[in-house]
Amino acid sequence: MDNPLQPREEPRAAVTGGGTPPVIAPGHTLGTVTDKISSIVLTRRTPLWWYAGFSIVLMLSGLLLVSLTYLVFKGIGIWGNNVPVGWAFDITNFVWWIGIGHAGTLISAILLLLKQTWRTSINRFAEAMTLFAVASAGIFPLFHTGRPWLAYWLVPYPSTMSIWPQFRSPLVWDVFAVSTYATVSLLFWYVGLIPDLATLRDRAKRKFFQILYGMGALGWRGSAAHWHRYEVAYLLLAGLATPLVVSVHTVVSFDFTIGIIPGWHATIFPPYFVAGAIFDGFAMVLTLAIPLRAVYGLEGFITLRHLQNMAKIMLATGLIVAYGYMIEAFMGWYSGNVFEKYTVWNRITGPYRHYYWALIACNILTPQLL
Amino acid sequence: MPQWGMTVDLDRCTGCEACVVACHAENNLPIVGPDQAAMGRTHQWIRVERYWEGEFPNIKAKFMPVMCQQCDAAPCEPVCPVNATYHTPDGLNAQVYNRCVGTRFCANNCPYTVRFFTWFTPSWPSPLNEQLNPDVSLRTSGIMEKCTFCVQRIRRAEDTAKDEKRAVKDGEIKTACQQACPADAIVFGDLNDPGSRVVQLKAEERNYSLLGELNTRPRTTYLAAVRNVNPELGE
Repeated sequence: MDNPLQPREEPRAAVTGGGTPPVIAPGHTLGTVTDKISSIVLTRRTPLWWYAGFSIVLMLSGLLLVSLTYLVFKGIGIWGNNVPVGWAFDITNFVWWIGIGHAGTLISAILLLLKQTWRTSINRFAEAMTLFAVASAGIFPLFHTGRPWLAYWLVPYPSTMSIWPQFRSPLVWDVFAVSTYATVSLLFWYVGLIPDLATLRDRAKRKFFQILYGMGALGWRGSAAHWHRYEVAYLLLAGLATPLVVSVHTVVSFDFTIGIIPGWHATIFPPYFVAGAIFDGFAMVLTLAIPLRAVYGLEGFITLRHLQNMAKIMLATGLIVAYGYMIEAFMGWYSGNVFEKYTVWNRITGPYRHYYWALIACNILTPQLL
Repeated sequence: MPQWGMTVDLDRCTGCEACVVACHAENNLPIVGPDQAAMGRTHQWIRVERYWEGEFPNIKAKFMPVMCQQCDAAPCEPVCPVNATYHTPDGLNAQVYNRCVGTRFCANNCPYTVRFFTWFTPSWPSPLNEQLNPDVSLRTSGIMEKCTFCVQRIRRAEDTAKDEKRAVKDGEIKTACQQACPADAIVFGDLNDPGSRVVQLKAEERNYSLLGELNTRPRTTYLAAVRNVNPELGE
């Protein structure tokens, strides 16, 4: 949709695809794709259930604001964390949300560079998912601090206190990693959106929407020069975003590996975290894609081929994650360190054993057997 | 410049916990109440760990007071994103309450678990509010705190010595736990003064660091308990 070269290739790929299902359903051309997609936005009436769903989600967001206000006024003791497990609920959520965002970036950047044309049907909402995931992730490191109103001290700025952040701390690296990630993801999403906003501007019937989309389209006219710059910019952003897929979660894993605590001090963490991120990110893309294609009638665009490819990525990354779990347990034993051994053993058989085995069942057994 | 250090003689410790009470009184430790205490959120800058040896009825209790070890290579320091915990020139592992934003990374990374987070705004129910020590600042919620080696006593002694144009004498500074210890198990002093009691005690063979294999190089070291039971007496 966003890249004019790729949809043209896709119907051909569909024919030559052999055993694999087509990227888009037969009979679609550039024109029909545009008609179909823009009709969802422009002509289709917003159904009643959408408003119902939206108000439920809005209420949940309200609950978030209420909870955060209570948290700030009362203190983070309300979470039940404790020393030495000072992070629990908050940073686990942070890691999870950041991980989810990775699938969006992987689809956008790496698959673009690898010329995987099947990405074009799912990249936009995967990128949007990345943005929302990063925004959600951002809440946690901010509000996990005891005094969130001072969290800006983690940002290097020339302050009257003439003191810098402590650059040896992985939490400061996190600030850089996540803010870069959020910026690049936003740019990537928006640059890809510009020609589509122009299409919507041209097709919108009402003045208000014409102006709204027009502002978003930044004066896009679809000239060859525009397309050329667009291609270059998109490619450069993909180049920028590609290392981020690996680096962001690596830095997040440093939050733990830098520590000298048993169960944290492990070299397996960076690859294990990145694989876990892509794994849960693709799970989230599928969770969103399957209802979305049914509700908006997009079975022609998000075909079984997409679902198959995503499932394959999940199988592969799921195996890497399984390897990570295995190595964690193995190293606990192999290290010969009684504390490491106890940590692993306690995880498997201690008070949290139900969660551990549920994790193994959900993350390894279910996807691999399915 | 003096370099402060401490020894704890486990042969002398009886586990009476007078040090714990003294620390509470000296350092204005927050009182968290029974509910929070049941969650394990009590503030004990010094705690007495108890280990059982043997099976009942031939059972022995061993005690070990554990406070901030004032590590020279402190794992808590490099992980603080805002420099709230840092090393003073005289070797204290200091916590700057005003700078702390409360990420709790330091407590996560402390192998001795001697850092305490203030989960809620502390209060001292009457009459405890009458005994707060004016030399020690009260801490707000959302920050980390820990044993300071009674830095207020160190600074006061240094000021007095400076006014009298002399160096701080060995034994002039007593930490609250040391002062309260009836068995004289805790000794504090200057590691740069070869004649100080703490240096002599650290030279003993019994001297060891807690979790020394982590290479945190603690300033507080322990003197191992020696049991010399006469086999003819039996257990």
